[in-house]
Amino acid sequence: MTVIETAEQAKQDASYLKAITELLYQLADDDFIISFRGSEWLGLAPHIEEDVAFSSITQNTMGHAVMYYGLLEELGVGKADALAHERGPEQRRNGIYLEKRNGEGSYLEEPYYDWALAVVRNYFYEALKKVKLEAVSDGSYKPLANVAKKALMEQTYHLAHWKMWMNQLQHATDDARERIQQRVEEAWSEFEDVLELGRFGPDMVMHKLISSEEYLKEAWLKEVSVVLVNTPSTPLGKKYGSGRNGDHTTDLEQASQIFAEVYNSDKSAVW
Amino acid sequence: MNDLQRIEEIRSVLLTVDDPELPSVSVLDLGMVHDVMIEGSDVFITMVPTFAGCPALDFIEINVKKAIEKVSWVATCAVHFTFDHPWSTDAITERGKVQLKKHGISPPPEDYQPGDVWTVNCPFCGSDYTSMENVFGPTACRSILYCSSCRNPFEAMKPVVSLTKS
Repeated sequence: MTVIETAEQAKQDASYLKAITELLYQLADDDFIISFRGSEWLGLAPHIEEDVAFSSITQNTMGHAVMYYGLLEELGVGKADALAHERGPEQRRNGIYLEKRNGEGSYLEEPYYDWALAVVRNYFYEALKKVKLEAVSDGSYKPLANVAKKALMEQTYHLAHWKMWMNQLQHATDDARERIQQRVEEAWSEFEDVLELGRFGPDMVMHKLISSEEYLKEAWLKEVSVVLVNTPSTPLGKKYGSGRNGDHTTDLEQASQIFAEVYNSDKSAVW
Repeated sequence: MNDLQRIEEIRSVLLTVDDPELPSVSVLDLGMVHDVMIEGSDVFITMVPTFAGCPALDFIEINVKKAIEKVSWVATCAVHFTFDHPWSTDAITERGKVQLKKHGISPPPEDYQPGDVWTVNCPFCGSDYTSMENVFGPTACRSILYCSSCRNPFEAMKPVVSLTKS
């Protein structure tokens, strides 16, 4: 495997540059949007210790997004802050399930958020993130491999946390079990594009940046099947299309109006 | 003064720059300083962040720069953060561990293997009759614990070590 050591080296090959750019957008946008949805739980988590834990995970995950946007900046596609805040929905590459609203209402007015969704979504996501980070840490782009190794050391605590919630709620009261199961079934019909790499996936694999979609899916299924009490028998689906190819729902527009509000109020400010 | 002595001087100044969230523990003792380079009167410091989402990095950069630029022969100091050499809790020095305890924070376990359960001794009384209240603490790198022996709440640094197959 030819290892690409620097951004400058990556820029020499147009096909490689396109593949690494697309992959970085996916990694960055996934971490960014799930962190945003996590930040909306601040002060609302079921108890204060969970508030500390969830916000710590969210802050850390946003730190991972910052590293990926930083790598994109090195590749010359734009400033990290602008990449995070200014890109429209059609340019976003996050999986659609990750942008789903936390529930009815809004953060400032009557937030009727659903904890079962938070638990299932974060567990499914962190389980996949581990598989992907392991794959890219063995990949051909050295700057990404280094960042992935770093993220992997921290992410192990995130995954353990959400796995604990899954295990506890699935073995708690009937109400808890049903709510988790409903969200698992829902996720099953929506999560598939999160597991995929989009139209440039074959190029990413050809350039040895990451393992194949088939491998990622299989490894993820293996991980979650151990934890799920009732693994749905239906095939995985992508109900709203593929976020990897730029399909998105109005939930992403709602999110972007909020997360870019402060940024848009003064684009030249240093935070 | 030759370059080696100058680098030693820079390192001794770095021992006075504390982590903003861990007063009395220097960035050097936390293992955040990867490399110090000197070109004439310009100093280049490569640092490794502890946790990726750590919001204190900008403050650390400013504090390091200010402290180094006070040294008489230094014209400029540039700080660069790198992810090429992942920080691990094994990088914390012995002095760093002592200072952490003074601040009420237990140092991370030694020779920790990923996935192992770790025992945390109370930084106040040394007892191992302690329980984990929350793996996640006030900063990403810390956990919250309780000592059933001296009945004090305290914090501990999470072990962060490489998980990649070697």
